[in-house]
Amino acid sequence: MSVVLTARELTRHYEVSRGLFKGHALVRALNGVSFELEAGKTLAVVGESGCGKSTLARALTLIEEPSSGSLKIAGQEVTGANKAQRKQLRKDVQMVFQSPYASLNPRQKIGDQLAEPLLINTNLSKAERREKVQAMMQQVGLRPEHYQRYPHMFSGGQRQRIALARAMMLQPKVLVADEPTSALDVSIQAQVLNLFMDLQQEFNTAYVFISHNLAVVRHVADQVLVMYLGRPAEMGPKEDIYNKPLHPYTQALLSATPTLHPDPLKPKIKIAGELPNPLNPPSGCAFHKRCPHATERCAREVPAFRQVETRQVACHYAEQFL
Amino acid sequence: MSLLQINNLNVRFGDAKAVPVVDGLDLSVEKGEVLAIVGESGSGKSVTMMALMGLIDAPGIVTADSMTFDGSDMLKLSARQRRNVVGKDLAMVFQDPMTALNPSYTVGFQIEEVLRQHLGLRGKAARLRALELLKKVEIPAAESRLDAYPHQLSGGMSQRVAIAMAIAGEPKLLIADEPTTALDVTIQAQIMELLLNLQQERDMALILITHDLAVVAETARRVCVMYAGQAVEIGQVPELFEVPAHPYSEALLAAIPEHSEGAARLATLPGIVPGRYDRPQGCLLSPRCPYVQDNCRQQRPSLDRQAHSLVRCFYPLNQEVA
Repeated sequence: MSVVLTARELTRHYEVSRGLFKGHALVRALNGVSFELEAGKTLAVVGESGCGKSTLARALTLIEEPSSGSLKIAGQEVTGANKAQRKQLRKDVQMVFQSPYASLNPRQKIGDQLAEPLLINTNLSKAERREKVQAMMQQVGLRPEHYQRYPHMFSGGQRQRIALARAMMLQPKVLVADEPTSALDVSIQAQVLNLFMDLQQEFNTAYVFISHNLAVVRHVADQVLVMYLGRPAEMGPKEDIYNKPLHPYTQALLSATPTLHPDPLKPKIKIAGELPNPLNPPSGCAFHKRCPHATERCAREVPAFRQVETRQVACHYAEQFL
Repeated sequence: MSLLQINNLNVRFGDAKAVPVVDGLDLSVEKGEVLAIVGESGSGKSVTMMALMGLIDAPGIVTADSMTFDGSDMLKLSARQRRNVVGKDLAMVFQDPMTALNPSYTVGFQIEEVLRQHLGLRGKAARLRALELLKKVEIPAAESRLDAYPHQLSGGMSQRVAIAMAIAGEPKLLIADEPTTALDVTIQAQIMELLLNLQQERDMALILITHDLAVVAETARRVCVMYAGQAVEIGQVPELFEVPAHPYSEALLAAIPEHSEGAARLATLPGIVPGRYDRPQGCLLSPRCPYVQDNCRQQRPSLDRQAHSLVRCFYPLNQEVA
């Protein structure tokens, strides 16, 4: 049990211009997210567009500085680290992006793309780098002759394998995957997910797996974090969340997900409306306008993200769903 | 007689020797029926519908023994005659609502255009009818949305507008091509419910094209599974999900994470869909099929009636009749 990633009240706000004569508006894209992640475990982050999933990924991978809060990677504080320290830290967090068509350089050979992390971050000789790249290519199911090829010669699934291989080249402690399979067909998705699981076992990497697909999350996750409009709604062990969701949003999300064996006796929870405008979020609980259980208190008070049995929930009435 | 009857449809791009994108497809749709077409990228599901609507231009070549919709042969219609059918009796909702609408015109204008063209409504009558349609597709504050431009609407709202345009001509057959793929799950549930309600209310036939088997399980009565341009299995829901007869249907179901709940690895089909240069001589699935026999590599099976469904396989699975 070693914690490799600790986030405390991680927050990222953006200022957006509203035009010449108005002041700036503040979008709270990420608002007080805390979690701990152990080596070899997977935290899945779920939520709909605009819930702050990708902002979280950008903060975790040091692409963007959080506005406030603290982030520790392998015990070292990220916020306030100097340039040299950050360069060190970046080796420990790598990322796989959603579209394998956009994340690979079309003009660079696969072998060179995979060797680049080693070239930048290690002192290995050319021959050693090549050897490491070929070992990794074999591990992700690419053939040695693919070394000399360009990205356009590969299918989407193979490209995602390449992207994953590149992220794993430095054997990072944390891998952040932002919707890594949503651009792929189901049969290819299954292949790529299996590869993710194999590599995690091999290298004992911690994954932050961002997805909107709850069936995929159920397969890969240990812990699940559900987000809504930049705030955490519910976080806890996968089985608890799937078997008995406590936050009404989690309940609605699970109920809305189509299943292979629909139960006609179990009515779907319908939630009306759409995600509120993040520039002008509702008062109190961000979900109260769509929530079937909302009361007057929900419109007034922002619910605290608090411990309820094995998990944390941001709902005033979480206990009544137990 | 069936509302739509397609016999031996072939679509090629290039000369007559080019590899068919749709290969000998037979399909029929009854009045008021919900048929789902499932398959992965490149299986020909969208191209089939484009061919039906007459939207395939040179160098595309569409041939069929017959393609009868509502008593008229779609292949023999002149362009003018086809324009009277397409958009009125035969309408389509596309995958990406953001690109399906014209960004330069208001929502109201675009709906009224359909009404002008197909129903001869003008002026106030058209505007009133457009408003009715927007209310029908459950757009909040419909009056003010008539003058909105597409960029002012969210993805879910735009898809509702696209549906309003599609049902404006009171179609007998509505084709929905991945109508919810670009949307979040809670919005997906809303849109699917809307489509099914409209379908029942108007006794309209609905062809739902999707890659998501779970959506099919929840909505369709009949499903056609396509692979590399061919229909490989056509059967009823839920039988096809419980006892799939074609190895590809079985693999597609097994690859869904929900199917292998609790298992460490997902079941996968090795390899990828054959491209134009590696199209096998025998059964198109033979290089990937776990049950492949010698004659599968030599001959192409035809689509034949088996215990539960129409199957294109020499050795169909799950044939013991319960």
